Amino acid sequence: MSTGLAPGLAAGTPDEGAPALSSTRRAFRSIGKLGIACLVVIALTVLIAILSPLLTPDNPNLGQIGEVYLPISTSHLLGTDGQGYDIFSRLMAGSRDSLLGPLAVAFMATTIATILATLAAWWRGVVDTGISAMTNVLFAFPGIILAILAATVLGASLTAAVFALTIAYTPAVTRVLRSAAVTVRNQTYISALEIQGYSSFTICIRHLIPNMSALIAAEFTLLFGFSMVDLSAISYLGLGTQPPASDWGVMVAEGQNGILAGHPGEALAAGITIFVIVLAFTLLGERIAALGGVDYRSTGSWLSMRSPRRRMAAIEAAAPEASA
Amino acid sequence: MAATLLVSSFVIYGALYLAPGTPLAALSGGRNLPPSAVRVLDQRFDLNQPFLARYWHWLTGVLHGDFGYSVVHQSNVSTLLGQELPITAELILYAGLLTVVFGILLGALSALRPGKVDDFVLTLTAGSAAMPAFVAGIVLIIVFSVDLGWFPALGQGASFISRIRHLTLPAVSMALAGFALIARVTRTSMREQLQNEHVQTAVSRGVGYGQIVRRHVMRNASIPIVTSFVVVFATLIALDPVVESVFSISGIGGTLVNDALEKDIPSVQGVCLVLVAAFVVLNTVVDLAYRVLDPRLKGRT
Repeated sequence: MSTGLAPGLAAGTPDEGAPALSSTRRAFRSIGKLGIACLVVIALTVLIAILSPLLTPDNPNLGQIGEVYLPISTSHLLGTDGQGYDIFSRLMAGSRDSLLGPLAVAFMATTIATILATLAAWWRGVVDTGISAMTNVLFAFPGIILAILAATVLGASLTAAVFALTIAYTPAVTRVLRSAAVTVRNQTYISALEIQGYSSFTICIRHLIPNMSALIAAEFTLLFGFSMVDLSAISYLGLGTQPPASDWGVMVAEGQNGILAGHPGEALAAGITIFVIVLAFTLLGERIAALGGVDYRSTGSWLSMRSPRRRMAAIEAAAPEASA
Repeated sequence: MAATLLVSSFVIYGALYLAPGTPLAALSGGRNLPPSAVRVLDQRFDLNQPFLARYWHWLTGVLHGDFGYSVVHQSNVSTLLGQELPITAELILYAGLLTVVFGILLGALSALRPGKVDDFVLTLTAGSAAMPAFVAGIVLIIVFSVDLGWFPALGQGASFISRIRHLTLPAVSMALAGFALIARVTRTSMREQLQNEHVQTAVSRGVGYGQIVRRHVMRNASIPIVTSFVVVFATLIALDPVVESVFSISGIGGTLVNDALEKDIPSVQGVCLVLVAAFVVLNTVVDLAYRVLDPRLKGRT
């Protein structure tokens, strides 16, 4: 399994003696129990978000006068908040915006980054220099600060925050994926395909990108977690999702009013939910990267994945021969 | 770096003109102004001049310490920055200190004591890194301010002792994420050194354990640890606005968020520029440090 960044190849040529498994089952096996637990948590949350209008036990936007700050009970699983709303129903209703935002950021940033990285690795020269220069400049903006700037000029909304974070994260992902694309590009079978006369487009779409797929999936998953942290913080600040819509970040902000009066329920419920989901996404992303032969843990930590330099170092460690 | 800073300043300044409506409306936050005020704004922000001239005027002003005028605060942005910057700097330094001290301690413990201690540190760091700073802040307020009453929940305090007490919870909530990074980097690089031949040789020569760790392991492991300090400070800058808002601290970050909600564009531009400049400088330092400390990276992009 030491084929580095080419899980596609590895799946096609199973180790001698090992029972032939389908690539899906192989993947499940190698992300381990923890990875599968993360997948289950994520799948359940997504399911709840999709079905939330049918599931919510009480109307999340219909407060009951006199039912303010009720404790946990069978009729209110997590109690009620300062306006008499059922906290559990609010969590479920808020899951939609809480997940849609990060989904949009992760999807747009990974797609754009994959295209840019492939172009840079394939054509090198001017294209590569241009893309690198662009990513270097954009690199200067921490996501949250760009989002605050966007909220100031465009008005506070989830959409503005999503675009700001996409712009802030794309350069980092591009840098990471470019390293991976260069590694694949330098492999001999790619030159072989070129000599056989296949077009650049065909080679990129059918060979280069599929061979980076584990890493692209890992970037997507990690980015989902990172941007959930940022987007919930932006919503918490009042610069993201706007009332009457709500998400978990907004719930933490609303719940903060109750804390000093001794009612931490709403803030805690929303905060812990964010924590658990982010943890699931980051752990899973790390496992998927390992599937692609890249060990993010060995280069430091996990949080250091927020620093793309460390992630690139991990990729180069996975394929030292291709770094020339 | 200079190019990056120039482009950043252009983006920050130009963003104002992405706002729907006229720049005048954006500056006044959509409020109706008397004609005299409009004239003052026109003059202060050179609204009658072409865009590039205005940008140039703003940029040269910034380089001379003039960040423009905040209509909302009725004060010069540079005056506001002067009041707020020290608080933010103190908070970031405090958080950085906590991060570095506890990160190295736990990382070393984890490297030298495989097994249960190591597992504990790994779990702790995995958890602390996934904890968004504002959630950590809220949990700290619930436990240490409301339940135990050890630390104040809001504000920044005046005297030195009071300042430390006020900034402790914010600093801890900022430190959690970076602490995980330092601990993991320390652990990994010390483990690598422990397996090195020179350490094995020292062990077989009968050199004392403490001396091996200090002289042979820590010293060689320090390079990646030191470079990760810079990453930590960059992270702290990005977290600052959120954490200052959680604890209602009036440093530049907390003010940035309030100004954004009030659409106080000159003030937002000034603060963004300061934060981004600090971030760019730190990132450049990381790049340089990597190059100086790791000669293998020379000549690569």
